[in-house]
Amino acid sequence: MKQRAVRKPRRVRLLDLAHARSGDKGDTANVGLIALKPEYYPILVKQVTAARVARHFKGMIKGPVERYELPNLGALNFLLHGALDGGGTISLKTDAQGKVFSTALLRLEIEIEASR
Amino acid sequence: MTSRRLPPSPTVRVAAGQGFWGDWLEAPYRQVTGGAIDYLMMDYLAEVTMSILQKQKTRDPTLGYAKDFVPLMERILPLLVERRIKVTANAGGVNPRACADAVAGAARRLGLAGKLRLGVVTGDDLLGRLDGLLARGHELKNLDTGRPLRDVRDRVLSANAYLGAWPVVEALRRGADVVITGRVTDTGLTLAPLIHAFDWKADAWDLLAAGTVAGHTIECGAQCSGGNCLVDWERIPDLAHVGYPIVEARPDGGFDITKHAGTGGRITVAGVTEQLVYEMGDPAEYITPDCIADFTTIRLAQAGKDRVRVSGIRGRPATDKLKVSIAYAYGYKAVGTLVYAWPDAYQKASAADRVVRQRLKDLGLQFEAILTEFVGADATHGRLALERAPLDELPEVQLRIGVRASDQAAVDRFTREIAPLILNGPPSVTGFAGGRPKPEEIVAYWPALVDKRMVEPCVEIVEV
Repeated sequence: MKQRAVRKPRRVRLLDLAHARSGDKGDTANVGLIALKPEYYPILVKQVTAARVARHFKGMIKGPVERYELPNLGALNFLLHGALDGGGTISLKTDAQGKVFSTALLRLEIEIEASR
Repeated sequence: MTSRRLPPSPTVRVAAGQGFWGDWLEAPYRQVTGGAIDYLMMDYLAEVTMSILQKQKTRDPTLGYAKDFVPLMERILPLLVERRIKVTANAGGVNPRACADAVAGAARRLGLAGKLRLGVVTGDDLLGRLDGLLARGHELKNLDTGRPLRDVRDRVLSANAYLGAWPVVEALRRGADVVITGRVTDTGLTLAPLIHAFDWKADAWDLLAAGTVAGHTIECGAQCSGGNCLVDWERIPDLAHVGYPIVEARPDGGFDITKHAGTGGRITVAGVTEQLVYEMGDPAEYITPDCIADFTTIRLAQAGKDRVRVSGIRGRPATDKLKVSIAYAYGYKAVGTLVYAWPDAYQKASAADRVVRQRLKDLGLQFEAILTEFVGADATHGRLALERAPLDELPEVQLRIGVRASDQAAVDRFTREIAPLILNGPPSVTGFAGGRPKPEEIVAYWPALVDKRMVEPCVEIVEV
């Protein structure tokens, strides 16, 4: 029997759509979020907004979130201000240099349309 | 050797040997011996490294540079001379001349007298000129907070302008085989050999941007060739023998990122992309002393195994400012840890944290910050991890409490409040082998801008 594809929203973790690397500039952590496949990039652009990321990290960062687009690399760059307890040598955090904010962002769940 | 400009050559290979001071000691040797390269580029200076070096120089005027650089050069100098490989390194820290003297001494011991010319780049050190600059109205405001430098002037330990590629180019043009610099940008150390080899002009912004992106790609060493690479990490081969990256550049600004054959690691578009976005701000405006590079114009393509082709890079004119890296005494901090075991490891660690905080409060100590992390539960991902962790079943949790204060006495007293918990706090506690936590002086970073015309780079040549 021939099945018709039904488009149905599905929750996925960013981990399944993207990889990431993060680093620091003073008290700001940056997270570069990179689509694993070119077709995932528009999904990231649409769903992983600065506001969404700010909600994800609520209580963990003190300042605003900025987002920049790099369509040429299939990547988004997020700046998380006030993320590092002062940053650099001042910070008391294990992750004083923001190295693992990358995978913390990959915990974010978004909804995508999927055929099943 | 005589001073000369090299004729434009088809490709130039710049190999990364160190991504930071403390990077793998074998990497530069393997870059020099593993295949053909033209330049070995080594980045030693992180933001607060300069202040550490300044302290060393204050104690001993012959110090203040990256000491590891000298034995490393002693090991590879004969090979460099034999293979005509040149070196660019910001190992000079706050004392590039002393660093060059030490390298010259090593070269003479190796019988290389008359066979080697060192270039020394200085002029970045503004510490002795700070008051003059402030008096002339240069406020050196903190780029992050906007505060003027006079607020912390009496606590400043070092101040260095970031120089770009051009003084390094001058040293190469005057025949230097090894260029030792102070605070030259990481990217400038790669861009300079390309400017020199291809005779790129000072206003060839696209080419300068291309060389800058090349520098950014390899400045963190193996971080673009398989190290710290998340995508497909389990299948990246032989990290034990990871190959450090090599830029293979062409006169038109196109370049490949590759590594020596037979080395471990992996060079792919995905891995290079991870490095490109590392420590990125506004991607359209990557500002260096040499140009503004637009990272949204970079095109990447896999051009073979372990070879990524980079093209299309556009640049814009450099600004009239230089970034200044200022370090100042901020205060003190200490971090104490204890390990709690199952059952209820997390709950025990939390109870211990409450005990410590109560005791610090009872003592009336003032801290700017007290930060508690539970390693094994929330130290890396905070509440995002805690929300999902099986808190009742964690096999163990490390309690990690940090404090920060302007008053050293308060921090000292805190360091005595960890050990007592072993006998007078919650049970199943261990992991105190390291002894009492050590108070640490905090040297903080103050980024600022200064007018370019206030800074005069200086290039000297030392004949060995």
